[in-house]
Amino acid sequence: MRQLMLGNKALARGLYEAGCSVVSSYPGTPSTEVTEEIAKYDEVYCEWAPNEKVAMEVAFGASLAGKRSFCGMKHVGLNVAADPLFTCSYTGVNGGMVICVADDAGMHSSQNEQDSRHHAIASKIPMLEPSDSGEAYAFAKKAYELSEEFDTPVIIKMCTRVAHSQSIVDPGERVVPETKPYVKNIGKYVMMPGNAIKRHPVVEERTRKLIAYAEDCEFNRVEMGDTALGIITSSTCYQYAKEVFGEKASILKLGMINPLPEKLITDFAAKVDKLVIIEELDPIIENHCKQLGLEVTGKDVFPIEGEFSQNMVAEKLGVEVGPSKKLEEALPGRPPVMCAGCPHRGLFYTLSKNKCTVLGDIGCYTLGAVAPLAAMDMTLCMGASISSVHGFNKALGQESEGKTVAVIGDSTFMHSGMTGLANIAYNQSNSTVIILDNSITGMTGHQQNPTTGYNIKGDPAGKIDLEALCKAMGFTRVAVVDPYDLEACDRVLKEELAAPEPSVIISRRPCALLKYVKHNKPLVVEQNNCVGCKSCMRLGCPAISMKGGKAAIDETLCVGCGVCQQLCKFDALQSQEV
Amino acid sequence: MTKNIMIVGVGGQGSLLASKLLGHLLLTEGYDVKVSEVHGMSQRGGSVVTYVRFGEKVYSPIIDKGEADFIVSFEKLEAARYVEYLKPDGRIVTNTQEVDPMPVITGAMEYPEDLVGKMEELGIAVDAMDCLSLANEAGSAKAVNIVLMGRLSKYFDIPVEKWEQAIADCVPEKFRELNLKAFALGRK
Repeated sequence: MRQLMLGNKALARGLYEAGCSVVSSYPGTPSTEVTEEIAKYDEVYCEWAPNEKVAMEVAFGASLAGKRSFCGMKHVGLNVAADPLFTCSYTGVNGGMVICVADDAGMHSSQNEQDSRHHAIASKIPMLEPSDSGEAYAFAKKAYELSEEFDTPVIIKMCTRVAHSQSIVDPGERVVPETKPYVKNIGKYVMMPGNAIKRHPVVEERTRKLIAYAEDCEFNRVEMGDTALGIITSSTCYQYAKEVFGEKASILKLGMINPLPEKLITDFAAKVDKLVIIEELDPIIENHCKQLGLEVTGKDVFPIEGEFSQNMVAEKLGVEVGPSKKLEEALPGRPPVMCAGCPHRGLFYTLSKNKCTVLGDIGCYTLGAVAPLAAMDMTLCMGASISSVHGFNKALGQESEGKTVAVIGDSTFMHSGMTGLANIAYNQSNSTVIILDNSITGMTGHQQNPTTGYNIKGDPAGKIDLEALCKAMGFTRVAVVDPYDLEACDRVLKEELAAPEPSVIISRRPCALLKYVKHNKPLVVEQNNCVGCKSCMRLGCPAISMKGGKAAIDETLCVGCGVCQQLCKFDALQSQEV
Repeated sequence: MTKNIMIVGVGGQGSLLASKLLGHLLLTEGYDVKVSEVHGMSQRGGSVVTYVRFGEKVYSPIIDKGEADFIVSFEKLEAARYVEYLKPDGRIVTNTQEVDPMPVITGAMEYPEDLVGKMEELGIAVDAMDCLSLANEAGSAKAVNIVLMGRLSKYFDIPVEKWEQAIADCVPEKFRELNLKAFALGRK
């Protein structure tokens, strides 16, 4: 039955119908729902891996064993998985292997807006790029055939607007192909120099065959309209181009973005008067066209940075857009904030109060950088907090050791914090590492991880003991604090910064949004006691504001965590009886 | 001709059910439909936007400036923020509730006065109502989304029974009665 489906869900449906049997992924916006959706099918083995490199290697192992496999990740996750990516291009596959990477032009929830097409080109792996849910579904099914026919992993590239928009899909039935027998093949699968040297020409030959395939494949299509303007485009930009021009331009819509066709493009170019390339981020189709000797308009009018839209495409190509009205008044913004009751708040307040230099990491707690807490000095990539605090302290020694910390979430620690911690234990810097253990992967919407004790389906699973792990690495100083207890946070932080050896502080309390977390009644302000000193405002809690010179509590938001009570010297913030 | 509805509000206010309801209804009515939103930061009290587009054939998943036929807003300031996206003859359907954003909470800025009046001065049709009270009257503060859908339904040629069927299809059985009441209160 025809239904509206999220792009990510449609992709998951396509994988399912194609007989995908093993899935391993790491969550990352905007890719997360692909794996969450396919995990709902009991016929598919599905897991959250500790990171994208592990996930891709799991998927490769399943492919080697003869099953159709999948791993999904966001654009920066593909950097983490780049090591297996580049070499499984050489080995090829046994059962089909599909990788999804979701780019985030516009950086709705990312630390950069890199263009993943570079990875496909560099690793010489074919990449498909759907432009809506229907294509995400169809491409996922076809990707396995392509993978097995050409003996290569296949990447499907999503972007925020395709991943997180719903359009119509007409799903079908699951058909599971027979498991391909595993046959030992040292020359193909053991990538030591003597074998890899022989595999490289195989990859180059495969690319030549894929270019020939791209000239006449179902992923690429020409939609002839008015020939005064010819547009080559893909993904969501195709939708914007159609929105603006309809039949008033001819369009070459590319669904296979690596390798790019040659004859198809030059033939199309010959039929139109002017050729325009519409692509978000880097000029990849454009540069390909230029290499083919074509004269094109592209990044000379379109930006490299940010997302496109129909109005932008119109304006850049001289098409008038409709009028609109605007309020002249400057309106207060509404940026995301740490939730009321967020366990990270108490810890970041303590770091702010102690004027620490805080090397941060990727997660909800990056919001610790926002005023009034402003308790973060750096955020780079997954795991960088721990490795960088080591480098920082090695550079400055005693000058920084007593006031510099790394902060990292439980899931990010499992992802790539452990290796940095091993480096501190091995190369001995006097560093203090704080693991913010909120018992979930928060930022991406509550996914389980190796420290939570549950798997992707919510069933009991192995649980890594963070204290035991740190101790096993050689840390003798491992403290656990409750971030709702400001006095304890302050005391432990001062102790560990002063200690003459490396240490780990585990700040432990579950995310306030977890369903099993019980909340207290909202606090009430005792008007006679409140002197309007604004001490409570230093927390940046969205539930507290000043009304008429006194503190006011938003009872729809307050969860009664009591952190603000500890800052009030006048007993103005009071708990309600349960 | 493609019609455009923007749903705006504050993270956690329930715009997901509103867009699900509209998507389901419009699909049943035989339209091509696209619904688009951005996940990620939405849980954390940020400004959230959902685009619903329908027509014979819909291309772009997003609504651009000057394109929205309707802006349905869960919060007054958010309606004002996205005025630019409205067609000159478009209509705003908004809840009059105020949710203070961080710059107002910290005292850096004031919550703007008389936003509805200011939008009307621009010549914009604004249909403002206290959806929270009506939702509470229906039995739950969470039904603000369906109250808004009730009001929006007045501007569509789709029979009321179709809307009610869509609600029945989209909400769990035990909340059906409550939501149908909220819908009726919004439509009144």
